[in-house]
Amino acid sequence: MTQDIIQRSATNGLTPPPQARDFQQEVAKLIDTSICIGCKACQVACSEWNDYRPEVGHSVGVYDNPADLGPKAWTVMRYNEVVENGKLQWLIRKDGCMHCDDPGCLKACPVPGAIVKHANGIVDFVSELCTGCGYCIAGCPFNVPRQNPADKRVYKCTLCVDRVAVGQEPACVKTCPTSAIMFGSKDSMKVRADERISELKTRGFANAGLYDPEGVGGTHVMYVLHHADRPELYSGLPKNPSISPLVHFWKGLFKPLAAAGFIAAFAAAALHYTKVGPVTEDDEEGHHG
Amino acid sequence: MTNHWVDIKNANLVVVMGGNPAEAHPVGFRWAIDAKIHNNAKIMVIDPRFTRSAAVADEYVPLRPGTDITFLLGVINYLITNDKIQHEYVRHYTNASFLVRDDFAFHDGLFSGYDEQKRTYDKSSWEYQFDEQGFAKRDASLSHPRCVWNLLREHVSAYTPEVVENICGTPQDRFQVACELIAETSAPDKTMTSMYALGWTEHTVGAQNIRAMAMIQLLLGNIGMPGGGINALRGHTNVQGITDLGIMATALPGYLALPSEKHADLRTFLATVTPKPLVQGQVNYWGNYPKFFTSLLKSFYGNKATPENDFGYDWLPKWDRSNDFMYTMSAMEDGKLNGCICQGVNMLAMFPDANKSIRALSKLKYFVVIDPLDCETSSFWENHGEFNDVDPASIQTEVFRLPSSCFAEEEGSLVNSGRWLQWHWKGADVPGEGRDDTENIAGIMMAVRRLYEQESGKASEPLLNMSWSYTNPESPSPVEVTKEMNGRALADLIDSNGNIILRKGQQLSSFGQLRDDGTTDSGCWIYAGSWTEAGNQMARRNNADPSGLGNTPGWAWAWPLNRRVLYNRASLDPQGNPWDPKRKMLWWSGTAWTGFDVPDFSAAPPGSPVTPFIMQADGVGGLFARARMAEGPFPAHYEPMETPIGTNPLYPNVVNNPVARLMENDTKNLGTSAEFPYVATTYRLTEHFHALTKAAKLNAITQPEAFAEISETLAAKVGVKSGDMITIRSARGLIKVKAAVTKRIQKLKVNGQDVETVGIPIHWGFKGATVKGHMANRLTTAIGDANTHTPEFKAFLVNVKKA
Repeated sequence: MTQDIIQRSATNGLTPPPQARDFQQEVAKLIDTSICIGCKACQVACSEWNDYRPEVGHSVGVYDNPADLGPKAWTVMRYNEVVENGKLQWLIRKDGCMHCDDPGCLKACPVPGAIVKHANGIVDFVSELCTGCGYCIAGCPFNVPRQNPADKRVYKCTLCVDRVAVGQEPACVKTCPTSAIMFGSKDSMKVRADERISELKTRGFANAGLYDPEGVGGTHVMYVLHHADRPELYSGLPKNPSISPLVHFWKGLFKPLAAAGFIAAFAAAALHYTKVGPVTEDDEEGHHG
Repeated sequence: MTNHWVDIKNANLVVVMGGNPAEAHPVGFRWAIDAKIHNNAKIMVIDPRFTRSAAVADEYVPLRPGTDITFLLGVINYLITNDKIQHEYVRHYTNASFLVRDDFAFHDGLFSGYDEQKRTYDKSSWEYQFDEQGFAKRDASLSHPRCVWNLLREHVSAYTPEVVENICGTPQDRFQVACELIAETSAPDKTMTSMYALGWTEHTVGAQNIRAMAMIQLLLGNIGMPGGGINALRGHTNVQGITDLGIMATALPGYLALPSEKHADLRTFLATVTPKPLVQGQVNYWGNYPKFFTSLLKSFYGNKATPENDFGYDWLPKWDRSNDFMYTMSAMEDGKLNGCICQGVNMLAMFPDANKSIRALSKLKYFVVIDPLDCETSSFWENHGEFNDVDPASIQTEVFRLPSSCFAEEEGSLVNSGRWLQWHWKGADVPGEGRDDTENIAGIMMAVRRLYEQESGKASEPLLNMSWSYTNPESPSPVEVTKEMNGRALADLIDSNGNIILRKGQQLSSFGQLRDDGTTDSGCWIYAGSWTEAGNQMARRNNADPSGLGNTPGWAWAWPLNRRVLYNRASLDPQGNPWDPKRKMLWWSGTAWTGFDVPDFSAAPPGSPVTPFIMQADGVGGLFARARMAEGPFPAHYEPMETPIGTNPLYPNVVNNPVARLMENDTKNLGTSAEFPYVATTYRLTEHFHALTKAAKLNAITQPEAFAEISETLAAKVGVKSGDMITIRSARGLIKVKAAVTKRIQKLKVNGQDVETVGIPIHWGFKGATVKGHMANRLTTAIGDANTHTPEFKAFLVNVKKA
């Protein structure tokens, strides 16, 4: 997989990503809230595949259990009761990492390579490098990463990077009984979403739409929403998520240091040049479409 | 199910009432979603609660627990009044035109023939009028005042939208929406599927709930149609299988009856149970009853069963009363039982009235519990503080725990809701000292048999004469047992032309080969064909679908005869043309019926007077049930045994089901709305399977602690918010749980008063990986349905207070 990493935390963009592969398709998980029955099979599948078990908690008078995301709860179902035009709706949303194309966590992370983005769009935490500073938590516009008090490291959904790398769908997708969670290339998921949205419009959901917010460059986990005009109805899905200004501030503050890092990296780059030849430069933010 | 899971995708309207498949059958529910996405179907949920199924439904319609019959008869009234009937279907394929006896009547909530002392009916008037040849009289014009059609029309005329609103609490505009959607499927090319489960069965009027919907489906022409039918959703992995195998107090495998003490010999019994055709020329397939029954006796008693000894008929137990679990628990409480073997159920957690169960179990001398887990049942004598406050020193019952297997540790066949027998292979061995269920039971049987052989004893013949020719008698293999269920030829079978059909010892390929002379055996006649000379049909895994309608004849095997949609001949008109060309499953080849499914019919050609309901003596679907139901040939509204309104607004003199099954022990413990003002209903959640999976950590994580759901208005009245503890008390017990305050339960206006519903999931107890909790069944009553003896878990009275 390392050949597919196109962005690393706290790494000067002058060290470019691997270039040998011509193209790798971006992937996406599409979650259709209109056919999700909130059965939590995805939660359990996530637990089983990734081999974690949170504590048995308590009922707090809602169906949400575990009550929140955690270092051992990378995805949770969130249930919200809303009344629209006199009709009750129970809006159920599978919450977890959105795998932003412009990942705030990665930008905020000060440890080189502790957060990486793969060419297929998956944003992954490299746990053995994590120092537990928690900056990624502040950097996430979706409030997803959670720190484990036992090892101080921060965890979140990996989009089953290990399964996807060998051509399998994420565990949650495989287990979903109603096919409310789908997986494929981002382009094909958008086509699928369009079909679902058209169908929802015929059922009176005039504002049905796709959640793929531009503020984070789009996401590799997308939702079909009946009320795309008001994503906040879905247990607080942000309408216009964006990376906190603090992260930009932080990056600005540390630019001189980043430059120093660059000098330190220069020797390696020079060595690389002598061995392999010239590389193409990338902008500092390492942005990839 | 008349149909099967995959077939639900063919529906135009999926009505979920008396069930919550998204919650309890999430994997099967994919086909309802499929109908929605690929067949532009609508899903409508009619339920006291806005459920997980309702979350993805197009329409949600509320009603009060226990008032489904009023709602459904209201729908029938709408269909008749607005002429939304599949007339051709009704005329040809139902008993609408049959004339009913003049002395049949319904007055003031009672059908003719009621005996108040015995709480039972003399059903002789619930019958057709017959001509001198013994065939039913009919009036094809449907104009005769005594024809079923006119009696039905009159019967349902009381169920107006106003009455529905008054009894069910369903606002009239919501009821209208439901009626209109259902009525659209009266078009020959539109179908509605009915998905139901325990939300209908667990009432004192449970079987009649289902009948009411069956009548609707007949009126709409939806029985026998792909995408139609009456579809019971089975909960346990193999609850369809145990029903097929007759694990009931008065039943035998294959929906055969266990003889009662009134049936002194085989001839008397068979004469009583074998029907004669009520319309000339009808198939009347139950006319083959003697073949099924004799073959069953041969399977039970082998070589010991001979024509001379009535094939061992005398060795069968004959019932005097229904020794079902309701009777058994009451008898146990009265000290009339010494011992009990409990297998396949966590009875303390799952039976009604857990306090009664503890009183009863405490009276036993010995109690054997066969279970994979250390469950509440085998620990009923343990003190767990407020969760099980018993005094172990005062309980003298000796408890034996026989650790057994979970389903994934067993090989064998499971029968799903769609009647598919699917072979499965064990995923792991039974851990520790556990033995699988067959081994446990066979071990007990062999040990008892040895004792009788050594020491003799009274009435030992049934045990000693039982055929038990397994390779290892202590542990019959699933393969041996399954082949025995299918049945085999005990002599060379020769057809009427003198050709040999099967050699002696060969597996049967159809129940059509069964004989009543002792030359065949079959442990469950409907399973004949599941394990033939061609091998194990249940293990087939070819999912080819030549129909394009989700009909996969090469995947596993469905009873009967691998037929996937029952009554499928009714999907064609009398001339053999499909009502809907897009749903063409069968056709006449010129010489025989053929198609994508196994035809459910005789060889009668198109246009013949033979009608599609071949299991019925009259050949038609029954809008009028004759004497087959305990309460009457038509459903009628009766209040739950504990009613929040204290009266029956339609029939004030008959408040509850007049023949509901009740024991004196239980009638002592009934509450009234004065003391217990709220309606409670119990149910299951996706995250758990009954009281079993609370032992599994992943399930415990997803629903860790007992709670009950109440409306915002009730919460305000009681003074609690979500997450607070509440006490729920019934006339039988109390529980303390977390309150879940929700918009998904609403206060309803019923008969001029406000009725609140309290929703109580049943999964917790004093054992397992979850937070210790009170068992919901401390609250419920054992009083139940007169036909099935299923207790009324779904509608009883409670009070709620802040804890």
